[in-house]
Amino acid sequence: MIHVGLNHFLVVSTILFSLGILGIVSRKNAVMVLMGIELILNSANINFIAFAKFGNFGFQGQIMALFVIILAAAEAAIALAIVLNIYKTFSTVNVDEIDTLKD
Amino acid sequence: MTEPQMINLALAILFLPLLGFIVTLLLGKKVKSIYIFEVFIIVLAFAGAVLMVFTKLSYYPNSDITSEFSWINLGNVPLLGNTSIDLGILVDNISVLMIFVVTLISMLVHIFSIAYMEGDKRFNRYFAYLGIFTFSMTGIVFTHNMLMMYIFWELVGLSSYLLIGFWFEKKSASDAGKKAFIVNRIGDLGMLSGILLLYTTYHTFTFSQIFSQIAAGHLPFNSELWLTITGILLFCGAIGKSAQFPLHVWLPDAMEGPTPVSALIHAATMVAAGVYLIVRIFPLLTSDALLFIAVIGMLSAFIPATIALTQNDIKKVLAYSTISQLGYMVMGLGIGAYKFAFFHLITHAFFKALLFLGSGSVIHAMHHEQDITKMGGLRKKMPITYATFLIASLAISGIPLTSGFLSKDGILQSSFAFGSLTGHWIFAFVGFLVALLTAFYMFRLLILTFHGTPRDQHKYEHAHESSFSMAMPLVVLAVLSIFIWYTPNPFNPEQGSILSSWIKNPQLVTPQDTRFNFMKSDVPNTITTNKASEASGIMYSEVYNNAIEEAHIPALTLSLILASLGIFIAFVFYQWKKVDVDKMVNSIKPLYNLSYNKWYFDEIYDATIVALTLLLSKFLAWFDLTVIDGIVNGTAAITLEVSKWSGKFDNVVVDGFVNAMAYISGFIGLIFRRFQTGKVQTYIVLVIFSLVILLFIFK
Repeated sequence: MIHVGLNHFLVVSTILFSLGILGIVSRKNAVMVLMGIELILNSANINFIAFAKFGNFGFQGQIMALFVIILAAAEAAIALAIVLNIYKTFSTVNVDEIDTLKD
Repeated sequence: MTEPQMINLALAILFLPLLGFIVTLLLGKKVKSIYIFEVFIIVLAFAGAVLMVFTKLSYYPNSDITSEFSWINLGNVPLLGNTSIDLGILVDNISVLMIFVVTLISMLVHIFSIAYMEGDKRFNRYFAYLGIFTFSMTGIVFTHNMLMMYIFWELVGLSSYLLIGFWFEKKSASDAGKKAFIVNRIGDLGMLSGILLLYTTYHTFTFSQIFSQIAAGHLPFNSELWLTITGILLFCGAIGKSAQFPLHVWLPDAMEGPTPVSALIHAATMVAAGVYLIVRIFPLLTSDALLFIAVIGMLSAFIPATIALTQNDIKKVLAYSTISQLGYMVMGLGIGAYKFAFFHLITHAFFKALLFLGSGSVIHAMHHEQDITKMGGLRKKMPITYATFLIASLAISGIPLTSGFLSKDGILQSSFAFGSLTGHWIFAFVGFLVALLTAFYMFRLLILTFHGTPRDQHKYEHAHESSFSMAMPLVVLAVLSIFIWYTPNPFNPEQGSILSSWIKNPQLVTPQDTRFNFMKSDVPNTITTNKASEASGIMYSEVYNNAIEEAHIPALTLSLILASLGIFIAFVFYQWKKVDVDKMVNSIKPLYNLSYNKWYFDEIYDATIVALTLLLSKFLAWFDLTVIDGIVNGTAAITLEVSKWSGKFDNVVVDGFVNAMAYISGFIGLIFRRFQTGKVQTYIVLVIFSLVILLFIFK
């Protein structure tokens, strides 16, 4: 039986972070991009918890993770509202077609 | 009248004609009768002059009234010392007598011109010019310094030029104007040099200050030779203005101007300005300078007199006689006959103005015919003109009871005395010879014009006596040509107050050893400008006065004989025709041609000076066209070439650099625009990519 150590957590977190980045960069749908962001936030959460478990920080890591979850909720609410507005403006949520930043 | 009032009166006489000139010139085209204003102004000036001459001679006969102000004061200039230029007015006996003559003749000529110039299209402008002439002449008379003398000297030259060329549509008239102006410039150059010499030496233009410094022994370059040179240079101005040999050639040509102008400017006043100048600078003339002046005067008296013998143009004869008479005055001054020379200036002004106005009257009557060979018999048609012309002819010939006799005889007897004192008998000889010639040519003119039978019947029939405004000046001048105004004794001018108390020999200031023996003063030469010693009258030694006394009777007799002889010959030749003139002319053809062609002066000048000047001008023109223009064009070509290179440099190097920068920027832009897609995802990729790179760098 392999002993699960800090490295395992960090590897999972890294994979999750990379998947999140991949989601943000490669998905066409704005909602999927948002989901990528959630993944990154959660990979950060794993890191917090892992360091809290193996480090000597008391409950600080867990509490920070709770903050991140709350922040993610708030962020999701605002981001979805933005997506709705994008849809209203461009009649699409495909981020490839929204390139007015170029101008 | 107090002295300041006299000065104010002098200023009024000076500036009134200027006012007349300005008003007449400005309103001339709008107001047809503005000339009346000008005539009125001159009458006013004459009235002022009468008042002035009366006051000066009765109340201040022995004092000079001067008033001056500092015009320019430069203070103490390094190397030059105290430098200031004063302008001022000098009212002495000489200047008031002169101003009387000038304003009187000017007034008479104005009145004469009203009829003579009637119908001329530039009638008012003519009067304006007369106004500025009178102003300038008055300035010459009243000046107390050389600078103002020079300024007004040039102004009379200008007005003379304007009036000679008054009928400028005629080429000969405009040419004559130019000739007079240019010939005068030659003389004026000498005068200017003389004035500058005086100024560099004495730092003042004022006559009295110059004289007192010379009397104190201060000479130009500390040399008596330079004093002589200064005197001769100043005299050059008189050579030009008074038409003396060898610059006399302009005066006969100046007869192209209207005849009243000839009377005013070229007979009575302006040409006498040269004599007036010598009178003013007389105290500083050394014996060498005086001798030079006397020789020039002698030649100017003789040569034109011989030319006048054969001329057929009535005005030309009078012009040459004017030069001849001016030569008398200049010679008179040269031999020290100061009083008689100035006296002759006054009497000559009257009778010569009369002769010219008389000829103007004849020319007017004959419809601008000036050739005396086409006149004759006018005595019956024009009795007033004839009578006055006869009086003037007698005066210029030196017949007793006329003014001319008094003054001319004075000069002749002085030349006689000069001969006996210095041994230079040539002046007396030429003087008497010219007296004979003068009497002859004047009566030749008179007889051919007024006596005998008319040679041009058509013109004779239209001839008529002139109107009042032309006849009145003739009568006034004829009256002034009688002896009685000058002296009670028709044979001795010295008894009149004009010579005995009004005109006085000046106090000489030249060093004793540079004077003629007879001019050495009996009193020691003291530094003085003080009026009392000037009035004492002891300027020439007794020897000279005695010599003049002794010369009186022989000179008088001889001149009378010669004058009568001249008149007699004229009558024999032209009135009674006892001698065939044409035959006699043929027997002395070369001499006749010499005289008739005016001694070939114009031809000689054309062949030498004018030709040389033209040659020089051509050379200068060539020099200008090739060398100067070459340099200028060369510079232009070089500039052009440099500009081309500069342009190329600009186009290739500077523009190339700028363009290269722009091209590089554009190229870089082309690369970087690829990154700006406007897609958020691309940016994120870039950010992550960059972060990874940074991580690797700063790990």
